[in-house]
Amino acid sequence: MSRNVFMLVAGRDLRLAGRRRFEALLPVVFFIVAASLFPLGVGPEPQVLRQIAPGVVWVCALLAAMLSLNTLFASDHQDGSLEQLLLSRHSTILVAGGKALAHWVLTGLPLILAAPLLGVLFDMQSHSILVMVIGLILGTPVLSLLGSIGAALTLGLRSGGVLILLLVLPLCIPILIFGAGAVGSVDAGMSAAGHLSLLGALLLLSLVAAPPATAAALRISMS
Amino acid sequence: MVALNVSCRRGEEWLFRDFSFSIRPGELVWLRGQNGSGKTSLLRIAAGLSRPEAGSITVAGGHPGVYIGHANALKDDLTVTESLTFLARLHGLESDSKRINGALRMLAIHHRRHAFVRTLSQGQRRRVALARLALEREPSLWILDEPFDALDTQGIEAVNQLLAAHLASRGSVFLTSHLALSLPKTAVTELEFPVGAPA
Repeated sequence: MSRNVFMLVAGRDLRLAGRRRFEALLPVVFFIVAASLFPLGVGPEPQVLRQIAPGVVWVCALLAAMLSLNTLFASDHQDGSLEQLLLSRHSTILVAGGKALAHWVLTGLPLILAAPLLGVLFDMQSHSILVMVIGLILGTPVLSLLGSIGAALTLGLRSGGVLILLLVLPLCIPILIFGAGAVGSVDAGMSAAGHLSLLGALLLLSLVAAPPATAAALRISMS
Repeated sequence: MVALNVSCRRGEEWLFRDFSFSIRPGELVWLRGQNGSGKTSLLRIAAGLSRPEAGSITVAGGHPGVYIGHANALKDDLTVTESLTFLARLHGLESDSKRINGALRMLAIHHRRHAFVRTLSQGQRRRVALARLALEREPSLWILDEPFDALDTQGIEAVNQLLAAHLASRGSVFLTSHLALSLPKTAVTELEFPVGAPA
């Protein structure tokens, strides 16, 4: 039953996103458009593009993931659904986990699928693209999990959208460093295992710590 | 439910202080008071959504069976059936189509079961939210904040029938309403809420 509520909440959010497909596609469209601007601004030199590609892709992924965070709990708060989610007899931690999963499926997963396209655009080597994708697979769930804490903490605040960025972006710096660093290591002829292991460790830590923190933040915000 | 010396503050202002009351099985308590006197705050505290500044509220079984606030907890982009099914599953209630259709029929909103919530009027949305009451089977505590808001005579009658059946099965109800209740007087205990509590 507890696992059911996790899937119930995630499934409902995915169904709602399916009914508003244009809004659901905005993060990945932003990701592609923002990253595509860099070759136009920096110039078409393949060597330069290859060098900046990992950083550009990760920064754009980070900003795209942040884009939809302020709506993560806002509509549930507005229409009273959040009260019902908190009052269900199941753990609020599972509810928070379900919301984060839906956010990742709607934001992180499309970014992962679009990333190879950007890799080609930036003239990255195939093995570099592969490492970048593995890094995104490990890193984007962390962005959703950390983002859900920020979204819960700023729920109902007037400048919540900006506050989320100020709260969450500094916490995401290690993801950015290890994600971009993994590709940099491969390009330099070294192993990316260390960076990817650290991303994996951050993912495990976030999986354990973020849902309880989000649940506590939701209760504080609602009281 | 037993409330002992419950106090609530918003910023520097006390909404109410040292408010005590109890609700017995089979009893409906109608909380009355002026706008802004803190009725919704008290209901939210009773539901466990917020904490009192002082005092305590104890509910038999640890938590109320149902809380329906001002907002209907419905999603514009879900259909009526999907919305009620989600709420039923969330609260561990039976959610097969027969039960869901029966609950919607009880609130006379069954004919809109495939309609998106965004196409419903306010009164119809309220009916869908209140249809959840028809799915409840346990004689628990129902906390309802202005349940009759936006309902027409037929809707009010349907909710009254649900309330009467719940009280008859030893359930209890704690509600606010600006409309006069049309339930038998014996079942209703009026509770006048304190106004202008001392600072």
